[in-house]
Amino acid sequence: IVPSVLRELIRTIRTARTQAEEREMIQKECAAIRSSFREEDNTYRCRNVAKLLYMHMLGYPAHFGQLECLKLIASQKFTDKRIGYLGAMLLLDERQDVHLLMTNCIKNDLNHSTQYVQGLALCTLGCMGSSEMCRDLAGEVEKLLKTSNSYLRKKAALCAVHVIRKVPELMEMFLPATKNLLNEKNHGVLHTSVVLLTEMCERSPDMLAHFRKLVPQLVRILKNLIMSGYSPEHDVSGISDPFLQVRILRLLRILGRNDDDSSEAMNDILAQVATNTETSKNVGNAILYETVLTIMDIKSESGLRVLAINILGRFLLNNDKNIRYVALTSLLKTVQTDHNAVQRHRSTIVDCLKDLDVSIKRRAMELSFALVNGNNVRGMMKELLYFLDSCEPEFKADCASGIFLAAEKYAPSKRWHIDTIMRVLTTAGSYVRDDAVPNLIQLITNSVEMHAYTVQRLYKAILGDYSQQPLVQVASWCIGEYGDLLVSGQCEEEEPIQVTEDEVLDILESVLISNMSASVTRGYALTAIMKLSTRFTCTVNRIKKVVSIYGSSIDVELQQRAVEYNALFKKYDHMRPALLERMPTLEREKGVHLIFRRVHVWGKVNTLYDVENYLQILEINGFHAVLFSTGIPSITAYNKNGLKIDFTFERSNTNPSVTVITIQASNSTELDMTDFVFQAAVPKTFQLQLLSPSSSVIPAFNSGTITQVIKVLNPQKQQLRMRIKLTYNHKGSAMQDLAEVNNFPPQSWQ
Amino acid sequence: MRFMLLFSRQGKLRLQKWYLATADRDKKKMVRELMQVVLARKPKMCSFLEWRDLKVVYKRYASLYFCCAIEGQDNELITLELIHRYVELLDKYFGSVCELDIIFNFEKAYFILDEFVMGGEIQDTSKKSVLKAIEQADLLQEVRHPQTHLWSPQNTPMETP
Repeated sequence: IVPSVLRELIRTIRTARTQAEEREMIQKECAAIRSSFREEDNTYRCRNVAKLLYMHMLGYPAHFGQLECLKLIASQKFTDKRIGYLGAMLLLDERQDVHLLMTNCIKNDLNHSTQYVQGLALCTLGCMGSSEMCRDLAGEVEKLLKTSNSYLRKKAALCAVHVIRKVPELMEMFLPATKNLLNEKNHGVLHTSVVLLTEMCERSPDMLAHFRKLVPQLVRILKNLIMSGYSPEHDVSGISDPFLQVRILRLLRILGRNDDDSSEAMNDILAQVATNTETSKNVGNAILYETVLTIMDIKSESGLRVLAINILGRFLLNNDKNIRYVALTSLLKTVQTDHNAVQRHRSTIVDCLKDLDVSIKRRAMELSFALVNGNNVRGMMKELLYFLDSCEPEFKADCASGIFLAAEKYAPSKRWHIDTIMRVLTTAGSYVRDDAVPNLIQLITNSVEMHAYTVQRLYKAILGDYSQQPLVQVASWCIGEYGDLLVSGQCEEEEPIQVTEDEVLDILESVLISNMSASVTRGYALTAIMKLSTRFTCTVNRIKKVVSIYGSSIDVELQQRAVEYNALFKKYDHMRPALLERMPTLEREKGVHLIFRRVHVWGKVNTLYDVENYLQILEINGFHAVLFSTGIPSITAYNKNGLKIDFTFERSNTNPSVTVITIQASNSTELDMTDFVFQAAVPKTFQLQLLSPSSSVIPAFNSGTITQVIKVLNPQKQQLRMRIKLTYNHKGSAMQDLAEVNNFPPQSWQ
Repeated sequence: MRFMLLFSRQGKLRLQKWYLATADRDKKKMVRELMQVVLARKPKMCSFLEWRDLKVVYKRYASLYFCCAIEGQDNELITLELIHRYVELLDKYFGSVCELDIIFNFEKAYFILDEFVMGGEIQDTSKKSVLKAIEQADLLQEVRHPQTHLWSPQNTPMETP
């Protein structure tokens, strides 16, 4: 039986009406091909492999044809070799050991008398040769690189590129052969040679240095291409060999990078290409694009750089969206280094925000953010807020983050800043990133004069819609903090609204109850309600009720908070005002120390309740807020020469004889105190254990403290007394002091 | 260039040329994914997109999508010219080429591509030179059954070598 010819099979398979029918045909044909292979039939091997390749493209397995490809390659017939090499490239890869069997055939074919056979071998090696094959055959390739046959020379050059990519150590051996490559007239050889030189220069600084001397020659070749008349063989829309021009420009870029002399040598030709290239078609713009990339990457003079950016600016106005796309991409790369030049094209860039293509929009957005500065912030924000409103969801999170950042850097006024934040939260409130919430809270805290305005606007914002979590979280927090300003109608910036305490609690309770509220959001709402117990006057009972209800909430977070707040109402009511006091303004770096100071300031309590809120703001993870109150007042044990030492106390629940004292040392002078050592001595009936201090440096201006823990064992429950010795270095002198601490509160030892 | 794909509007693969060693199953996955992405593009969108860590340049000619995946430092605009040059070569060879030509003579489409591009880079920038080489190679094909070299209308039975 004579196996069917390829096109017959293709026609047959295309008549299949279902996938199942096609599969059946394929299986039948494969079986026939398999048995034909088994018969070792040389005559029909070629057409069988061709058919197999077709079926492989349809997605069916064809591995059983791999060896047959090798047999075809080994055949003397050109037709066989052609299909065999094609099959090898499609079915074989370096993962299979089988491919190594090709090596010998390729070697022979590289030396074949017919250049088209040599060509097949070079092509296959150059496309899929493994490292081992490349190692074995590099010598042959190198030989062919030196031939005068331009058909083979151009192929050998690209084959060499592949060899170098696979086995970089072999690069050296091709160096001699590169000597006269650029002297060729043949454009194929020129093009592939430039590619080879580029590969070598990119991989080796030594090669790069070596080939810099080619710059004048490359410039000459480029010049000839531009100046020469019409050459039909290489012409594309009136431009002579644009492919070669682009590759030369790319090689010049690599050679001119970081090298003043080379950059200088190519300056004129770059200017020439930049000004003379026809821009009506894509091909001209492709060359201009490469030219711009080169100008921006080498050490070009400023005039040339401005020329390049102006080309990009013109690209932005091009009707062709592809051109606009590459312009935006390139401008993004240069906006840092050539900021002012790019600024000149700002309005065109902003127009691209309205483009229909998402890739263009994204780039325009990124570029717009990069261009925002103190002078243009109002105008730019207007555009970007409009963009935020109308853009696709995939952009909203990045856009919101970008706006927050830019607003923080360049806000012309606090009011404007708050308004901008509000606009983002209400427009894209559900897309805002989680980390934005603590940042915004801090921002609002620090904008003291805007508190009334902010809480009013936030209240109004969530009144209609409390589904956008970040917005609701910030609003809840604000209402909790500044609810008193809200109900007292103190707003100056706009008409104050009339709202009662109950109405405020209504909205917070709605947030608590709503299915749309995330657990975190509920936490914010509950805490806010709790805080209002010290800011509102008529609704404290209502608040108590709400808090007690959530003491049995299924949500563990909520339950814990509610239980703690309940405890606050029941057992520690006298402390509630102090605990729920208004937050002080925070500076980011000093935040942690402020927390400890505030805790100390509260004095009567060792509680870290609101620390949680502070720490949320400061983004410290893993801190668990625990409410515990011992009711033991703190004392200032020492206060002299700017050094203050406070003691806070804790009694052990397991051993009533143990008192744990935490000392805190702070420094109000303008110089640090270093090598600080705290020592203590107690009467004989006591025992003392000093744990390691947090550090030995007390920073100046109360910007940090040293803490240290002392455990005192007092089995006889005697009045606690202590003698302390302090040594430290300050203002270049060694300091030392002794003191007695006698003001221990009774609760600390009784 | 990392690879080139030709596929129809219905997502049928007509040619795949890989210039970087990739496992078969990865190839299948990438082809499927990329075809989906490209076929979802609207006419108003530009010819470039980012996909994985590569840049993809694609252009539609009649019913066929020509799709190239290039690397970061490659020039997208010149790649469009590369695609166009390949189409011109096919057009000259087949005489007003259409998808059916590529389907029934896929091996020739590969031969032409392999004469134009090697290892992802252009071998020869002269249309004439590339076509001449194909022509000469075709002449070397041993005549087993009657066949024509340069022009094969799709409705006459074409014999494989």
